[in-house]
Amino acid sequence: MGKITLRNVQKRFGEAVVIPSLDLDIEDGEFVVFVGPSGCGKSTLLRLIAGLEDVSDGQILIDGRNATEMPPAKRGLAMVFQSYALYPHMTVRKNIAFPLKMAKMDRAEIDRRVDNAARVLNLTNYLDRRPGQLSGGQRQRVAIGRAIVREPAAFLFDEPLSNLDAALRVNMRLEITELHQSLKTTMIYVTHDQVEAMTMADKIVVLNAGRIEQVGSPLTLYRSPANLFVAGFIGSPKMNLIAGPEAASRGATTIGIRPEHLDISRDGGEWPGEVGVSEHLGSDTFLHVHVKGMPTLTVRAGGEFGVHHGDRVWLTPQPDKIHRFGPDGRAI
Amino acid sequence: MSRRITARRTLIVTLAAWTVGFLIFFPILWTVLISFKSEGDAIKAPFAMLMSDWTFASYEQVQTRSNYSRHFMNSVVISLGSTLVALAIAIPAAWAMAFVPGKRTKDVLMWMLSTKMMPAVGVLIPLYLLFRDLGLLDTRTGLVIVLTLINLPIVIWMLYTYFKEIPGEILEAARMDGATLRSEILYILTPMAVPGIASTLLLNVILAWNEAFWTLQLTTSRAAPLTQFIASYSSPEGLFYAKLSAASTMAIAPILILGWFSQKQLVRGLTFGAVK
Amino acid sequence: MATQHSKTAARLMISPAVILLFLWMIVPLSMTLYFSFLRYNLLMPGMESFTGWDNYYYFLTDPAFAAALTNTLLLVGGVLLITIVGGTALALLLDQPMWGQGIVRILVIAPFFIMPTVSALVWKNMFMNPVNGMFAHIARALGMQPFDFLAHAPLASIIGIVAWQWLPFATLILLTALQSLDREQMEAAEMDGASPVARFVYITLPHLTRAITVVVLIQTIFLLGVFAEILVTTNGGPGTASTNITYLVYAQSLLNYDVGGGSAGGIVAVILANIVAIFLMRMIGKNLDA
Ligand SMILES: Nc1ncnc2c1ncn2[C@@H]1O[C@H](COP(=O)(O)OP(=O)(O)OP(=O)(O)O)[C@@H](O)[C@H]1O
Ligand SMILES: [Mg+2]
Repeated sequence: MGKITLRNVQKRFGEAVVIPSLDLDIEDGEFVVFVGPSGCGKSTLLRLIAGLEDVSDGQILIDGRNATEMPPAKRGLAMVFQSYALYPHMTVRKNIAFPLKMAKMDRAEIDRRVDNAARVLNLTNYLDRRPGQLSGGQRQRVAIGRAIVREPAAFLFDEPLSNLDAALRVNMRLEITELHQSLKTTMIYVTHDQVEAMTMADKIVVLNAGRIEQVGSPLTLYRSPANLFVAGFIGSPKMNLIAGPEAASRGATTIGIRPEHLDISRDGGEWPGEVGVSEHLGSDTFLHVHVKGMPTLTVRAGGEFGVHHGDRVWLTPQPDKIHRFGPDGRAI
Repeated sequence: MSRRITARRTLIVTLAAWTVGFLIFFPILWTVLISFKSEGDAIKAPFAMLMSDWTFASYEQVQTRSNYSRHFMNSVVISLGSTLVALAIAIPAAWAMAFVPGKRTKDVLMWMLSTKMMPAVGVLIPLYLLFRDLGLLDTRTGLVIVLTLINLPIVIWMLYTYFKEIPGEILEAARMDGATLRSEILYILTPMAVPGIASTLLLNVILAWNEAFWTLQLTTSRAAPLTQFIASYSSPEGLFYAKLSAASTMAIAPILILGWFSQKQLVRGLTFGAVK
Repeated sequence: MATQHSKTAARLMISPAVILLFLWMIVPLSMTLYFSFLRYNLLMPGMESFTGWDNYYYFLTDPAFAAALTNTLLLVGGVLLITIVGGTALALLLDQPMWGQGIVRILVIAPFFIMPTVSALVWKNMFMNPVNGMFAHIARALGMQPFDFLAHAPLASIIGIVAWQWLPFATLILLTALQSLDREQMEAAEMDGASPVARFVYITLPHLTRAITVVVLIQTIFLLGVFAEILVTTNGGPGTASTNITYLVYAQSLLNYDVGGGSAGGIVAVILANIVAIFLMRMIGKNLDA
């Protein structure tokens, strides 16, 4: 079981209020991703749940029990750190076995669990090495191994893939997702990476300055962002946000339209513009188009859309994909 | 720069450096050489001295006449003992300051360093009287206590700078893994800090071995370590150069060897991590 | 990391060290302070009486005090000057590519590990002795009159001995600092047309400031307390020519058995050291934070 409930949780460091007040429910077995700009309090929130920091006010419930005052080890949670935090003087086997040894489990059971975890994570051949002799991806797996042997109520990940190169990241992303599907344990995952958030999460929590902006499934956030912040934060490249007469004519203070929802044509359309920079990625082409009276708009065009700097084009927003926001920034 | 010029430059630098190195080392070398001479030869002019016969006689005399090995043991017990006690007190303190820093931690560290600046003479009399009344004068215990206290700030500082370099996340991971404070220190911190602790130990043994204020003030004979033993040669009777040299050689040899091993850590240790 | 639980544990773990150091600071020091206001001689036990500031008056007006203060400053200043200038030069030399650098390092660092009584006695007897010392032999070989160093230039001789002990320390630290100097920065300066002298003044020297600060601080701590070297070479003499404050207080209290006067001297020494310390702690505090 791994149901985690935060009730009115607050965190202050001295004078600085990092988390003003926050409520959140995480269901058993869910894969929850925290996203938000740097410094918004993602790590702090995770560490509060882990028990590595005291909450200044409020309650943390784990499976209905009040865990607010419990020391980290008693909460039954496992954490995978960004730096992996492996014990450099212990072999892989000892690293993975450490939490079990601390729990005074008997040797045979420890060995069984370690071997099991090593098999799942493809570490069997490395059990006698030290962390210093492993690659980044292998270290990552050891860190995960150390977490899963405890059979925790929930896993906490703090940007676990940010130290890996791009190809390895994709691999580990899949491995963690598979792990979640086979273990069906609650996972809370902090990341900067849009793709990780969108592909892995059952539920995304968007944080901004210690406040929750929106909670929902990846597609909900993509399709109907609750406010300007979420609209600008979810999706890559970012949604185009347009204020002024164009928005007013649609009964909003600001309208938003994603790059992939702008149709582009050389012959005619709603908004005439001039092509600025174009970025060719092979599969896609992103065009930055200057339209009079609007900020530069990003447009996603097909892979081999051949235009040049200075070309004249017309843009047409897909009418059902326009997001409208009121004066308070909330979606209408 | 062409290769020829580089080679010539290297040659000049090498010659200069070796000359300077030799001159600086020379007094030690000379002492060692004299220790293998007879007293009569030891005071001859340098060249004549070098050409004379070699002998171990002085070493034997130093041992039989003044029981050198007892003073040696005193030095070992006092320097190692005070270092170990200091480590036992300092490891928890340095752990706490490095991993659970509070607002005051920097101030406490600076204050500890400042106790090191208190001149020994400022407390010479009370300490002498206290020791006299407690029967600690000329005992190893007394010296272990004093040397522990005077080296404690340095030990804490050194350990602190080493602990500071251990990533805090590792200790947090241990805590998540269910380690108690005791097992955290025992299984995680200490093994990772072994190199730091070892060089702290080494450096402090060296400092305690060579400490020459309190060892001279608080001991006379029974507990006298080598510093005091050698000082007894300052009022010589008869010819004594060879014996002084032999005693000196034996007093400095062990620590010189330890010192050469520890020279890498020495710098950061003695500069409290400010220079690495 | 910072939970209430660990904070409490942390306090408990620091307290033995803090309490011990606090007692070590406060108990003997207050006793010294107390004694300094007494007429108290170890040869006349039971005759202690309160004398107010007399002890301070006698200690501070004694010409020996002025001499000792001057000698202390000369000793600390002289050794610092020699070791820092010499150490910088030596570090620059050792930082060059050469053959057998490791061995030279070992030779240069050696004097630091020699106990003070040994180095003082070796210099006193084997080198500076006016009859059998090496310098005397050399002087005679050159047809000159041997010079009695410790009789005619006692303070300078002691400065020389102490500087020999501390030169390795300064050299090693400055060398370590030099080796951490960014090569590319040097090369950039060379590309910018800076001469070797300009590179030393504008790049190397500023880079060394921190290390020099540290050397000054640490050496000062130890140099203010120089004692054994004086005890075994000159006993502070002739007269007070090589007496420093530390030695003066020792002589007053344990050679003359004058506890009151010695205590007053001890307090004066503490005050002087504090003046130096405040100054130094500021300097190093600033440098360590950087
Ligand atoms: N121990 C601390 N003392 C004081 N302030 C802190 C402490 N830890 C974090 N903060 C502050 O809390 C805020 C949130 O920090 P946190 O590390 O949770 O951000 P984050 O969302 O994880 O950022 P990033 O994406 O860069 O990792 C920051 O403004 C940070 O400066
Ligand atoms: Mg973070």
